[in-house]
Amino acid sequence: MSYDILGALAAALAGGQVRIVDLTQTLTPDFPVIVMPPELGQSAPFRMERISQYDAGGPAWYWNNLSFGEHTGTHFDAPIHWYTGRDLPLNSVDTMPPADMIAPACLIDCSEQSAKDADFLFTVADVAAWEDRHGRIPVRSWVLLRTDWSKKSGAAYANLLADGAHTPGPDAEVMRFLVEERGIIGFGTETIGTDAGQAGHFSPPYPAHHYLHGAGRYGLQCLANLDRLPPTGTLIVTAPLKIQNGSGSPLRVLALVQERSMG
Amino acid sequence: MTEALARPKHKNPLARTTQPLLPPSARSRKAHGLTLAASVGRFMLQCCGECGKYAYPVREACPNCLSPDLRFQDAPTGGTLISETRIEVTSDPYYREHMPWRTGLVKLDCGPSAVVHLHGDCGGPGSPLTLTLQLDRAGQAVFFAHPISETPNMEDDPQWRELTADPKHRRVLISDGRSPVAVALALALKKAGAARIFVGIADRWKPFSEQAALEAVEGVELVDLDLTSERSVQELAMDLGAKVEILINTADHVRPAHLFDAGAANSAREAMDHTVMGLMRLAQAFGPVMRSRGADGATGAVAWVNVLSIHGLSSVPQFGVHSAVQAACLSLSQWLRGELRQGGIRVVNAFAGPLDTEWFQTVPPPKVVPKTLADAIVDGLRRGLEDIYVGDVAKDIAARLFDNPKAVEREAGQ
Repeated sequence: MSYDILGALAAALAGGQVRIVDLTQTLTPDFPVIVMPPELGQSAPFRMERISQYDAGGPAWYWNNLSFGEHTGTHFDAPIHWYTGRDLPLNSVDTMPPADMIAPACLIDCSEQSAKDADFLFTVADVAAWEDRHGRIPVRSWVLLRTDWSKKSGAAYANLLADGAHTPGPDAEVMRFLVEERGIIGFGTETIGTDAGQAGHFSPPYPAHHYLHGAGRYGLQCLANLDRLPPTGTLIVTAPLKIQNGSGSPLRVLALVQERSMG
Repeated sequence: MTEALARPKHKNPLARTTQPLLPPSARSRKAHGLTLAASVGRFMLQCCGECGKYAYPVREACPNCLSPDLRFQDAPTGGTLISETRIEVTSDPYYREHMPWRTGLVKLDCGPSAVVHLHGDCGGPGSPLTLTLQLDRAGQAVFFAHPISETPNMEDDPQWRELTADPKHRRVLISDGRSPVAVALALALKKAGAARIFVGIADRWKPFSEQAALEAVEGVELVDLDLTSERSVQELAMDLGAKVEILINTADHVRPAHLFDAGAANSAREAMDHTVMGLMRLAQAFGPVMRSRGADGATGAVAWVNVLSIHGLSSVPQFGVHSAVQAACLSLSQWLRGELRQGGIRVVNAFAGPLDTEWFQTVPPPKVVPKTLADAIVDGLRRGLEDIYVGDVAKDIAARLFDNPKAVEREAGQ
């Protein structure tokens, strides 16, 4: 293959024919994290403590110590995160194939439905409607679910009520369908988890986690700027931190979008 | 008659804030028997084990029979004023700021005579008086004499206010509004005349059932405060640091864990972060400014209360993480006490037994209801206490620790 693909890409990036969209939320102490019943273990929120800031702790330099759980902010879920993926090979963030870290993405826009119903469930019918317009979801693609949930913040974003969180997400059938019938590489959402807020009551519970990780596929959550992506023609870069035996990690998610595909 | 303390006006921004000074504080080691009594609101003097006579000033041997068997024990609180002196001029830097100052020589009902600070409503020589031992701004024990019956506004006497931490017209910060004691504290502080009650809430995105009850208390203002975040604590101090005269740290994080559980280290670290490190972050952010405002007028900064568990003094296996964390908090609190004393700020430790809340659900009674704890804290502030033991379990453990700490350790959890 003599064609200089990377050279062409560099030229397209420089010339603006390919845009980069940052799909990442800023890591701040205030960003909600998943909440478990208090007697269970909890994911540590993002925290930053100053080591020095051009002061007695370090006269010429500024730096901080960070602490956070693996599943904080915009983050990646590896198969080992769920029991269904625990025995798979290469199932943690340090061992997963680097080739899986760059892949095409299909964007399915369910923002209108989610605006009307916080418990909106994404179904096979929504996928079918999307495929009627844009064609079959290619194998090893990400499916990103746009809900515009990332435009909310604080209490509205977490939307915790006495009976748990109420945020949109996939039903069990669509997750089985996407993994088994479409061979997706992963599923991404704007909410705190890949699953719906009430997904603990589904069968199986937390179907996105159940099916994705059981088949060695990945999850992305707390994504932002999905409203700036076209339905197809996007390539996303998702390289989690290389944490030994890590179940996931915060990461920077970059989308490469070819201008003409916005048409 | 004492004049009612008026609500303070806004400070003149052109006037320099008066810097805190401390009264003379040298005491003998023996004299700290009085400090111990004053810290818990008891009136104790040395009493001879042989002849039964009370002695004062504090000494090594009985002035009556020369026996060395002088022990501190509770003494009758009555006395009669022999003479009084209204001090108009002094060379002592602390008292110069508080002139005139009323003192008296009192004949105690139990025998000895003592020089005391006199409440403004005490009558002249020959008047009967009630005595208490108080901690002054330097943390040392002094005698204070009140009239035997209540007089109008007697709690507003300026000399008495120097020896207490009355919330009246002061602004209070409750550090953790999700604490089971927060609502009861807000109500008790309001009743005690607190000017404003700031209540810190972490993770505002997580709803909690007491929010409406807190907001319903007049004078309460909910503010963002997450003790596990250095930035959050510092940002609140930037806004409110110079507006907090009493800080009540209600942070706790009770999670059951067994020492040998795989997840126990996580539980311990989380609890340490919420409570020990939380207290440290609070101290770093609010300590310096409170210490600098220890003499800022009649309603200047005055007290820092840590709500602690009695199990910080003696571990209980069922709540081992909680006990360890509370012990660390107590140590940190003593450190803070030493730092804040330089500004005349009192650090109060309120030790409670198990609270009647969800995390102590499986613990049998007696348990402390939040209102009892809140009322005890406000009472302690108004009386100028330093250590408060709330509830039967805390009082029992405190008394047994005083008697035989090893027995308390062996019997814990049995």
